[in-house]
Amino acid sequence: MAKGDPGAAARSRRAAPRSKRAAAAGEPELVQLLTPEGERIESALGPDGTEYRVDFTDEEYRGLYRDLVLVRKLDAEATALQRQGELGLWASLLGQEAAQVGSGRALRPQDMAFPTYREHGVLYCRGIDPIMPLGLFRGVDQGGWDPNEFKFNMYTIVIGAQTLHATGYAMGVAMDGKTGGDDGEAVIAYFGDGATSQGDVNESFVWASVFNAPLVFFCQNNQYAISEPLERQTRVPLYRRAGGFGFPGVRVDGNDVLASYAVTRHALDNARHGQGPSLIEAYTYRMGAHTTSDDPTRYRIASEVEAWQAKDPIARMKAFLTKQQIADESFFAEVDEQARTESVHLRERVLAMPNPEPVTMFDHVYPNGSSELDEQRAQFSKYMESFEGSAH
Amino acid sequence: MSRIKTFNLPDLGEGLTEGEILAWLVKVGDVIELNQPIVEVETAKAAVEIPAKWAGQVQSIFQPEGATVEVGAPIIAIDTDPGAGPIEESTTGAPASDLPTPSAASLAAVEIAPEEGMVEPGLIGGAAPGGRTAVLVGYGPRTTAAKRRPRKGSVPAQATAAPAAPAPAPAAPVPAAPAVNGNGRAGGPVLAKPPVRKLAKDLGVDLAVLTGSGPLGSITREDVQRAASGSPAAAEPLTVAAPATVAASFGADREQRIPIKGVRKLTAENMSRSAFTAPHVTEFLTVDVTRAMKALDRLRERREWRDVRVSPLLLVAKAVLLAVKRHPMVNSTWAGDEIVVKEYVNLGIAAATERGLIVPNIKDAGRLSLRELADAMTDLVQTAKAGKTSPADMSGGTLTITNVGVFGVDTGTPILPPGESAILAFGAVREQPWVHKGKVKARLVTTLGLSFDHRIIDGELGSKFLRDIGDFLADPEAALLAWT
Repeated sequence: MAKGDPGAAARSRRAAPRSKRAAAAGEPELVQLLTPEGERIESALGPDGTEYRVDFTDEEYRGLYRDLVLVRKLDAEATALQRQGELGLWASLLGQEAAQVGSGRALRPQDMAFPTYREHGVLYCRGIDPIMPLGLFRGVDQGGWDPNEFKFNMYTIVIGAQTLHATGYAMGVAMDGKTGGDDGEAVIAYFGDGATSQGDVNESFVWASVFNAPLVFFCQNNQYAISEPLERQTRVPLYRRAGGFGFPGVRVDGNDVLASYAVTRHALDNARHGQGPSLIEAYTYRMGAHTTSDDPTRYRIASEVEAWQAKDPIARMKAFLTKQQIADESFFAEVDEQARTESVHLRERVLAMPNPEPVTMFDHVYPNGSSELDEQRAQFSKYMESFEGSAH
Repeated sequence: MSRIKTFNLPDLGEGLTEGEILAWLVKVGDVIELNQPIVEVETAKAAVEIPAKWAGQVQSIFQPEGATVEVGAPIIAIDTDPGAGPIEESTTGAPASDLPTPSAASLAAVEIAPEEGMVEPGLIGGAAPGGRTAVLVGYGPRTTAAKRRPRKGSVPAQATAAPAAPAPAPAAPVPAAPAVNGNGRAGGPVLAKPPVRKLAKDLGVDLAVLTGSGPLGSITREDVQRAASGSPAAAEPLTVAAPATVAASFGADREQRIPIKGVRKLTAENMSRSAFTAPHVTEFLTVDVTRAMKALDRLRERREWRDVRVSPLLLVAKAVLLAVKRHPMVNSTWAGDEIVVKEYVNLGIAAATERGLIVPNIKDAGRLSLRELADAMTDLVQTAKAGKTSPADMSGGTLTITNVGVFGVDTGTPILPPGESAILAFGAVREQPWVHKGKVKARLVTTLGLSFDHRIIDGELGSKFLRDIGDFLADPEAALLAWT
């Protein structure tokens, strides 16, 4: 799906009248292009004076809306499947769709992404079949997709570890001389607010900074590290930490898909042009539980959840499309129907996933095999054959 | 595939074994959609809504609100094609709709049939006192029968247990709680520095049974080394792994590492929790049971008792049940902010099995006649030995007997199963010199050891309870006449 290019739009600097707004009231540093009420803001300034704007066609606006709805519906289906005993665990992205779709659509094909275990929306934007992570959480495979093919690394469960992987990867990109032009490569590392307390993330900041790695640190600040609130993670807004490490940071409304897109596109373009790393703090909220094993009602109050409900990323996009007459009821109904069909299809395919043959656990340990492992495989096969009814 | 589909409670949060039904959001007869929320379930981790796995019409609901349900047990049946007309008898085995119990078809599709008693709070896998679900970390032991295929050429379990087969060694693991020796600590964690803990682990010394000589009673390196070199029998817990594995697998270093898992792990967790939560008091009473043993012989001679297994343990069980009636407070649970006293006695019998120590209980044993009690005990032992004891059999115990006497020891200081307030150790019955009618005579004598939770039971009550058990065993016929 082709998308507008905010970089080009910014460069053209059209003389059209615009209302420049640095941020929404009360949150002085939040880059926002679409208010919770669905009002479009022409452009917004970042803390360093960067002007952010997007210039999408109607078709592209509708495409973003479709992404948001599909991603939410597929996520809800996975949650239901876990409750029905079909998945061992699921980390829902509910509430964070805009941050993921916005940043995911801002990636160019050559860009590499390093996700956590919650980046189902980014995965979807990378063109990976949404069934893939479900195999992991059903316990029938280790993930399933080829990171090189889709330029999307495996889900990383260890908190913050992927930022180190991303930093090393990005340093490699720079050393390979793949930065410096519009066709340069950029890398994006996803993590959450809780991960910013990890040594790994801070080490990544240091390395990326001093080696000028073409890396965008994309932090989805969903306000809770499982049950620990943001005020136990930091005394300053997270994006400001970047300054101490020597690279720019910006806070974007993570429930605004347009601003998330614009800010990420800009940061990626800076990286691919050899201007080094930057930190994006996508300010958002996890509407659901940390994972299906968690009960957020034990540590969050209902009024807080309600306040964020009013900032819903999909509702504001729908209000905008409706007001601007970019889409009508038939479009919304069609998207809902597509979401329903795809989620039913996803469910059917999950239920049909075969259990792996136990012996396949030896298959992908080493790329070129190992004699010791071959021996273990042989022993294990023999053991499995000792059971009655064995097909081996 | 059947149009009636039964939904079993899934593991809702990585290694849970049960959940409590908080509220049903649908009722029998409701037409529901796919993923429509049908029930709220609370587990140790979270209260969650479960969405319907199939669209259709609710045909039956198997568990009431408030019930604690094992993972894998059926909770609802859904008719996935309600428009297809009434359900034939042959498919369901029962009239359609509004079934109070699972249909035959739905039961056939599931492993575990729900039954009463499954929901009671209790020790293994059951709810903790106060109605909260026991905290579960990691994957609990699967006490249901595993579906693993049999090994080729393997011998059925019964065959190995049969007396004809020469067993490698007598009784495997020992029942009964391992006795904590007098270390002067009533409770609280063991104090020891990490290197000392490491040393103890390497040497196989259980810190919990040592007396610390360091500051604040902490256990020192010397304490551990002394325990390791000194009398191993004292420091060694009563329970060891099955002898078959002990003999075979010492490595070159002449040490064996046994992974802690399954029943061993569960026992360890329960015993540690109980030992350091409930302040235990143990009292002993030595009783001349000569008359009782003679009474048992006379009982065995009766025609209607000819085929019944009559053991001294039966009399002890009867004694406990009658004594509970006189002192109901001993049959209770400390529930944090209240004491729950139970009218029913689910009498636990600690049993040594191939898998380790298990404590199945006889439900509502107080209402059973002696004959029924004897049958129930025989049944319980046979089920345990066959490895077929279900989680329901083990949950909800209220008071326990551990028969350490079968191993030839005099008595012990048993540890309470979590949630129970009294446990009786029944020692060996031996011929010993005893003053009988003013003269020293050879009499059959046994020693009882009663541990109780001092939060609930004071010395007076505990003593009276133990005394009554002793009185019964000294002269059962007279006690029966006097008490009943």
